[in-house]
Amino acid sequence: MFDYTFQWKQVLARLPKMLDGAMVTMEVAVLSMLIGIVLAIVLTVMRRSGSRPLAAFATTWVEVARNTPALFQIYMAHFGIASFGIHFSPFTSLLIGITFNNAGYLAENFRGALKAIPETQTRAGRSLGMTSSQSFRFIILPQMLRIAFLPMTNQMVWAILMTSLGVTVGMNTDLYGVTQDLNALTFRTFELFAIAGVIFYIITKVITLGARLAAARLFRY
Amino acid sequence: MIEIQNVRKSFGQLEVLKGIDLNVAKGEVVTVIGGSGSGKSTLLTCINGLEPIDSGKIIVDGTEVHAKSTDLNKLRQKIGIVFQQWNAFPHLTVLENVTLAPRKVLGMSKADAEAIAEKQLKHVGLGDKLSTHPTRLSGGQQQRMAIARALAMSPDYMLFDEVTSALDPQLVGEVLETLKMLAEEGMTMILVTHEMSFARDVSDRVAFFHQGIMAEIGAPEQIFGDPQHEETQKFLASVR
Repeated sequence: MFDYTFQWKQVLARLPKMLDGAMVTMEVAVLSMLIGIVLAIVLTVMRRSGSRPLAAFATTWVEVARNTPALFQIYMAHFGIASFGIHFSPFTSLLIGITFNNAGYLAENFRGALKAIPETQTRAGRSLGMTSSQSFRFIILPQMLRIAFLPMTNQMVWAILMTSLGVTVGMNTDLYGVTQDLNALTFRTFELFAIAGVIFYIITKVITLGARLAAARLFRY
Repeated sequence: MIEIQNVRKSFGQLEVLKGIDLNVAKGEVVTVIGGSGSGKSTLLTCINGLEPIDSGKIIVDGTEVHAKSTDLNKLRQKIGIVFQQWNAFPHLTVLENVTLAPRKVLGMSKADAEAIAEKQLKHVGLGDKLSTHPTRLSGGQQQRMAIARALAMSPDYMLFDEVTSALDPQLVGEVLETLKMLAEEGMTMILVTHEMSFARDVSDRVAFFHQGIMAEIGAPEQIFGDPQHEETQKFLASVR
């Protein structure tokens, strides 16, 4: 009933390829976070702007990002947009999909973080002659990013894990894509995906621990 | 000179200022006393335009605060205000708290702003706390930092809104000392306070507010020694 023979050696020989894939995974995740944070700040400003169309746009973004599957978002970025004659590479589509998702979730994190900052902080800035945009940039934003720091690392972990959805749009250079291709070549399914799983685990664990350490050092006030 | 002319202000149904008239000359120290809800604090936030008014005028050095054409950010540079809650910026050090506005608003270089900030922080007795984060300071120290932060903008006027009310009793003295020092240096100030003996000491004039009206104003000796208005008498009797 159980006649699968483990062949780790054969699979471990492919480890360098998988590690190359892990680098691509990191690349997509890091890029999607960096752009995602910038977009989330823009969405946050739009929601606070008092302009109805801008706020509605931002809210729609956040709603779609948080209430539809990430797979749907990546699909739309690749096949959906392709219907209009715009064709992105799997890498770009995956990046767009995850970035869209990140920005939505992060904007919501930022909203929560803003609630933790007293209104009087803005007032103090304004009373020193700052414009409302100066108060936001120099007083509110830095505090917001600090409060949202740990939720942001959570989203970073999600971004890493979401890269595995890239295979559905033909991505084959990231960790999951490489593993899938190797599986098609070798049929060492269990071994390959077990190793991929361990690599994913190590990457996310290192990010989480690194972030905790960084937070403890940076935000001691 | 600050000229307040027949200022009215409501929050919804509640009229908190019912026609206030008050002129404060350069170098003058005016304290405003009165029960809670008498409109004292609201008046201060109207003077630097943080709150709009419904009617009347507030004119600071010839500029009408609530006129549409007034650049409030510019105007606020010469009117410092310190609140009951000091609102330290927690992500910045004490020095950075004080240099932020001079650098970003006045466009000062880092070195210039730091020189001014250090001078002001030493002035309020925080010369040894420059690189500390404000969360590590006591309430009294944070409040003095907030005063230095406002002074670093070299304002012509300072408004103090119950700046000792949120402090532990043993910390009140150090902040009052700082205020007294400023008064003696000739800073034009309007203070809202519940510290009666302090008001008597530092003020040129004391105004008593009651339910949105300035019931009485006069020299401290007169207000505390021989109050004319019935409500002033009642109030002073209750706080003594």
